[in-house]
Amino acid sequence: MTEELIVHGLEWTDKLLFVYPNEFIYWSIQIVMYPYMTGLVAGAFVLSSLYHVFGQKDLKEMARFSLVFSLALLPVAMMPLMLHLQQPLRGMNVMFTPHFTSAIAAFGIVFSTYAVIVLTEIWFVYREYFVQQTIALKGKADLVSTFKRTLYHVLTLGAYDINEEAIAKDKKAVKIMAAIGIPVAGFLHGYAGFIFGSVKANALWMSPLMPVIFIMSAVVSGIALCMLTYIIIMEWKKLKATLARGRGDESVTTIRGAEIEVISKTSRYLIMFLVAAISLEILDLIFRGYTAMKSWDILRSVMFEEDFVKIFILQYGMGNALPFLMLMLPGLTIRRTAVALILVLFGVFMMRWNVVIGGQAFSLSFEGFMHYHLPIIPHNLETFKEGLAGALTVIATPFILFWGINKILPSLNVVESD
Amino acid sequence: MSCSRRKLLKSALSASVAASLPISAFRFLSPAECKAATGTEGTRWGFLVDTNKCVGCGFCVKACKKENEVPYEAPVTRTWVERYVVTKNNKLHIDSPLGGRDGFTDQKIRGEEIDPAEIAKTFFVPKLCNQCENPACVQVCPVGATYQTGDGVVLVDRDWCIGCGYCIMACPYGARFFHPVHKVAEKCTFCYHRISNGQQTACVEACPFEARRIGNLLDQNDPVTKIIMTERVAVLKDEYGTKPQVFYLGLDRNVR
Repeated sequence: MTEELIVHGLEWTDKLLFVYPNEFIYWSIQIVMYPYMTGLVAGAFVLSSLYHVFGQKDLKEMARFSLVFSLALLPVAMMPLMLHLQQPLRGMNVMFTPHFTSAIAAFGIVFSTYAVIVLTEIWFVYREYFVQQTIALKGKADLVSTFKRTLYHVLTLGAYDINEEAIAKDKKAVKIMAAIGIPVAGFLHGYAGFIFGSVKANALWMSPLMPVIFIMSAVVSGIALCMLTYIIIMEWKKLKATLARGRGDESVTTIRGAEIEVISKTSRYLIMFLVAAISLEILDLIFRGYTAMKSWDILRSVMFEEDFVKIFILQYGMGNALPFLMLMLPGLTIRRTAVALILVLFGVFMMRWNVVIGGQAFSLSFEGFMHYHLPIIPHNLETFKEGLAGALTVIATPFILFWGINKILPSLNVVESD
Repeated sequence: MSCSRRKLLKSALSASVAASLPISAFRFLSPAECKAATGTEGTRWGFLVDTNKCVGCGFCVKACKKENEVPYEAPVTRTWVERYVVTKNNKLHIDSPLGGRDGFTDQKIRGEEIDPAEIAKTFFVPKLCNQCENPACVQVCPVGATYQTGDGVVLVDRDWCIGCGYCIMACPYGARFFHPVHKVAEKCTFCYHRISNGQQTACVEACPFEARRIGNLLDQNDPVTKIIMTERVAVLKDEYGTKPQVFYLGLDRNVR
């Protein structure tokens, strides 16, 4: 077969028994990444809103960080879609001619609304800081300071008023934006669930519970990622400070590491959403078994035979039950939390995998199975985009972006005025 | 001064209301409505498959691939033929190697030898896009690149499709795939370029046994429509509510 004659999906699909000729695993790793990444965005935002809107003081430390992190995750939610499209250059068509009977058509609108909300909220949170920086950098003449001052100058958008009244107004605006943001974040992710839940041709996906399950697990993964990143960064800073003082650098003051207080309080919210997510998933499973529709025979063999390890061992066992126990047992330590968080993130990823790939693990004929082999070593553009390399690119990007954004919007170890 | 501004606004308002009235008196008619209003007979393409007549020669698949430039060696196809073998213990064996393109010359099904004495019944089922009345694929296309024509055929705009694959996922019949060369969603069009010019579809023309036929469902004198009206026909997977317009004679309950 010549290079330009690539049958999409043929490379990584193995067919077993009877499968229609045109059936392949068309939605591969990037479609697993897509709800995973949007889930992280939505979850990170919801976490920060819990402080801003509901005044959960125990989340104060996490709020600013998770808000900036959700900004870093924002462009990444779109990346898997672009890597997945057969015609990525036409992706903009969704904005030009949205066909509103399609769940995907709302993407452009919901996503840009959400982006505007996140940016606005961040601007209000950081406006005071922008002004302070512009003033503080005024005297310095070196190139970096001049550049930084110009940048902050532009970022203030000309609003220099930082008296108490103006700051109080900013805080109110943050609260409003965060409050609007919660339903939009929920919608952003809920409709990602709707994209799957509304496909009537797919026996595994079609369920009205799908959007709710997606939102719950999104919040779980978002909180987990924020906590984990927080722990890693704080511990890294502590380590650096300790090393510097060990070398006799007296200018370094003691920097505290991640605090178990913050962590254990945030983890309570994590557990709440985790329980909600699992309950809904189990309900869905029980309902399917009890009603035993036409598709149940094939679904059962996928769930309890073909994909048993992926669903019950990796997702429910290692990804849900084990971290649940680890977080609930008394004497919680930072290290134990970190391990539990990695497992939670893995569990949510496996849930996405089992939905997206699991939904294509059986033929529409209900008479055969399809197995997906993730391309590890890419040998052409397609196996790069829709293989391990593409997925890792998507995973790495938010951290690189956060590193850059954090230089302009410092979100860790900030002493707030109130 | 303020009085004259009010007056201006008032008269501007009444002028715009007066201007919009005659516009609303017109109704914008879609081309389909115009055609219906002129009284000429409409067209709704429908397809009839007689499974009793199909011998699984694969000529239809060959003809389709050539006519519609779907790469011959690629395992994807706009139309395909399935072979069903039901054994006496009520076990089902189905296959469709290369969509049945080269016929079914091997007695083995996916390498499995079936004892002829154990066979209860065996038959072939040609499949193609059902050109549904309520097409799920059209509903889910995010950019409107796939659409239903006035005469009921679902087409894909190759210049506008973004290749997201949502339509492929939404089709319960597995009729859609990505075109290996054009990299966009691809499907059977009932050979729209041919039927619109008074010709038969490539598969209908290639079928030596009249197992495939196409007709206008709105024309009661059309021989195909007559059969669909008067005989006992079935459709595939009607539980999805897609209202398929490919009708089958002699459809077995085992057909998937």
